[in-house]
Amino acid sequence: MIVKICTRFAQVGLTVIGLLFFVDLNWVKAAERSLMAPPSSPVEHALAQVTSEDETVRESAIRILIEQGDVSLLPQLEELRANADRSIRQAIKPVMDLLKNRANLSSGDADVRRSAATDLGMAGRTAAISWLEQAAAKEPNKWVRYTMEESAALLSLTVEDSSIKIAAVQKLGELRSQNGAPSLKELVTTGNAAEATDQQKVLATAAVAAIERIETWNAWSSAIETIFRAISLSSILLIMSVGLAIVFGLMGVINMAHGELMMVGAYATFVTQELFKVYLSPSAFDSYFLFAMPISFLAAAACGFLLEATVIRFLYGRPLETMLATWGVSLVLMQAARVYFGDLTAVVAPTWLSGGAQVMIGVYLPYNRIFIIGLSIVCVVGIYLLLFRSNLGLRVRAVMQNRNMSACLGIPTRKVDAYTFAFGSGLAGVAGWALTLIGNVEPGLGQNYIVDSFMVVVTGGVGKLAGTIVASMGIGGLNKLLEPSFGAVYGKVLILVLVILFLQWRPSGLFAIKGRHADS
Amino acid sequence: MPTPESGALDQSRGEGVAFWVVGFVLLVAMPLLNVLPPEDSWLHLSDFSLNRFGKFLAFAILALGLDLIWGYTGILSLGQGVFFGLGAYCMGMHLMLTIGKESVYGSDLPDFMVWNQVKALPLFWKPFYSFPTALLGAILIPTLFALVFGFLAFRSRIKGVYFAIITQALALVAWLVFNRNETNLGGTNGLTDFKQILGFRLSDPGTQRALYVLTVLCLGGTYLLCRWIIKSRAGRVLIAVRDSEPRVVFSGYTPANYKLFVFVVSAALAGLAGMLYVPQVGIITPAQIGVLPSLEMVIWVAVGGRGSLAGAVLGAVSVNLGRSVLTNYFPELWPFILGGLFVLVVLLFPDGLVGIIRKSRSLLRPMGPGVNKVVLSEGDR
Repeated sequence: MIVKICTRFAQVGLTVIGLLFFVDLNWVKAAERSLMAPPSSPVEHALAQVTSEDETVRESAIRILIEQGDVSLLPQLEELRANADRSIRQAIKPVMDLLKNRANLSSGDADVRRSAATDLGMAGRTAAISWLEQAAAKEPNKWVRYTMEESAALLSLTVEDSSIKIAAVQKLGELRSQNGAPSLKELVTTGNAAEATDQQKVLATAAVAAIERIETWNAWSSAIETIFRAISLSSILLIMSVGLAIVFGLMGVINMAHGELMMVGAYATFVTQELFKVYLSPSAFDSYFLFAMPISFLAAAACGFLLEATVIRFLYGRPLETMLATWGVSLVLMQAARVYFGDLTAVVAPTWLSGGAQVMIGVYLPYNRIFIIGLSIVCVVGIYLLLFRSNLGLRVRAVMQNRNMSACLGIPTRKVDAYTFAFGSGLAGVAGWALTLIGNVEPGLGQNYIVDSFMVVVTGGVGKLAGTIVASMGIGGLNKLLEPSFGAVYGKVLILVLVILFLQWRPSGLFAIKGRHADS
Repeated sequence: MPTPESGALDQSRGEGVAFWVVGFVLLVAMPLLNVLPPEDSWLHLSDFSLNRFGKFLAFAILALGLDLIWGYTGILSLGQGVFFGLGAYCMGMHLMLTIGKESVYGSDLPDFMVWNQVKALPLFWKPFYSFPTALLGAILIPTLFALVFGFLAFRSRIKGVYFAIITQALALVAWLVFNRNETNLGGTNGLTDFKQILGFRLSDPGTQRALYVLTVLCLGGTYLLCRWIIKSRAGRVLIAVRDSEPRVVFSGYTPANYKLFVFVVSAALAGLAGMLYVPQVGIITPAQIGVLPSLEMVIWVAVGGRGSLAGAVLGAVSVNLGRSVLTNYFPELWPFILGGLFVLVVLLFPDGLVGIIRKSRSLLRPMGPGVNKVVLSEGDR
């Protein structure tokens, strides 16, 4: 309340000063302006003077226009600006920006309101304080209101009155304002200087308290963001490794071309996008992403089916050779993509997945990451249903446990292998589809994560979905949690060491099926 | 192009003859062809070709080590590039330090340190002023590293696909670490711009010839060492581990020790190869030690014929020769060929070139005594 009253006083005071200034100069310039129509109000007068050659005249006119803050003047200013020369155009621009931002404060779009509030906070014109406060009082959106209050407080820091300043400092602390921290720190340094006045010292102590609040909050919010990033990476790894793990569990085969099947999925998405661009109206464009999902699944599954039928089928029981052969396939696929598509092809994320949600002050979660997390959950549930609630799943599990026995009982094991491999490849395609949201579509797309996902399979053990989930959470999580303190590279080194040490304790992964084979 | 007459290896007498013939060609004939005939003669072997061949033979040393562990013991290590890199960097660091004031910036420090504003030589670089230390380090550092890594891996019975993946992760991690600037190993650009070795100019063809001869001698020694290992009792156990590890366990052996032994030997050989590679090629970068190079090393052995020492040498030389010719003329095609090789060799020619030679010989001489003596069968168990 006090803040408001004080600002109001300050505003009125400044207006009076401005008017006096204006009147004073008006007398001096009166003779020159005799040809013009007599000014009916200070605003119109100022409008007339804005184009003046004299800099002081111009500035006082601008000040008046800003104090008045009349948004309806915008068209007239625009007109003036169009006809004026360069220096005057430059002088008018800040006024227009301020007024535009003021107009935008009551825009229908929350993002526009918010960015207007941010701009006003940066512009450093104290007149905007009352505009922001008025707008904040009516603002329905929590985060826009937050920005408005923050900007108002930031501006109040530049006011002369020290009680307003202290109130602003406290307000910034209360808001945990990230943007306020630098100016607060400045206050502290001036307050700690030897020649500081008492008022500055009081301000400094208030600022210290506010900074402390802001920094504690920052620590929490960065922790939350790290955790979110960790979950996000984990779910990417999970979508990638789950197909790999199922195939490994069933056939004992690590498909080194898994990353390239992801690449196939990503390129399928890209091609779908291009087709939508060419053949369908722009209004339908946004939905391409949904259509791309089954397409990328099918494309990758078809590639996987082919790979199984032409290469892997002939290498049963020779897992190491399979690794090498699939690696060869991956080289061929990568180079084929490079030759055909070139190096840089990007997918435009649909509008409903761009942007993000703010959940807390300073914590901003991008929608595409949230989408990927959701997708991984859907994938896991889908795979669970397929493995444990379907006929194919029953057979897959039977073959996993004992291939020969299942074959004796009439399960077509080769067919089960082929379908499972195609399904696992399709999952890779879905992973590729999701990865287009967070990176370019490039031939090396699969290589970025593939070694990590191999590690997930090895750590998780075979035959249990839970192992893959826990391992991808562990490896993805550790990756991101170690990153802030060790850096990405040494974090990876540490993870490798941890995995090796872990395998000392559990040589065949987290949840290995217990067998009686001499090997196990 | 001289290649080892590998088919003769079935019979030990033939093998001996082939060894000395190939040895003579590599050691005497090729350097002489480089020196004696005039430059425009068709017999002349250019400095460039000889140098390139020296590089291939350095790779062949690595391939022999890889053949020991993969071909004979059935352990697929996808991290040989790391050991190669450790050896190469040891040598490279020594050569960097011998540049001295000749460097671009005229500083005692290597150029990249000047760029990165490193003021003093890092402590771990200091021993590499001495040539013997560099030689020793190039062998011992990979050996020790393999000892620790292999001990942990084999102790917990990590094998098969698991071992391959762990070693691949090792290659990835090593690549990442060598790429960093703050490890003071030259970052992405690696170590290069060497001037001299033991006072001899590296740009001098004579020095390169000497290095070539040295590489051939090392290759010969390595070959004999590997042959001795596989003919020994330990070698028999290694082959048995490949064919059926549980049986080896039940017969009272501890496979882990034998595996560790062969892993360490192969790492030391990779280090030796790296050491010989650097002065001949003149550069070592992280790109040569990552995941892909490590896999390519496996394909050398696969193409030549695993489970055959001559095959490893043959594969390393022929794949690299093919690579350097084809990447010259069809740079876009090489990945297709390499990938195709992986698939084809694994699917159709599991015994590689040696297998093809052996088969064609047996077709030509169906009643010969060596026909039924199939040396080694493929497969992991």
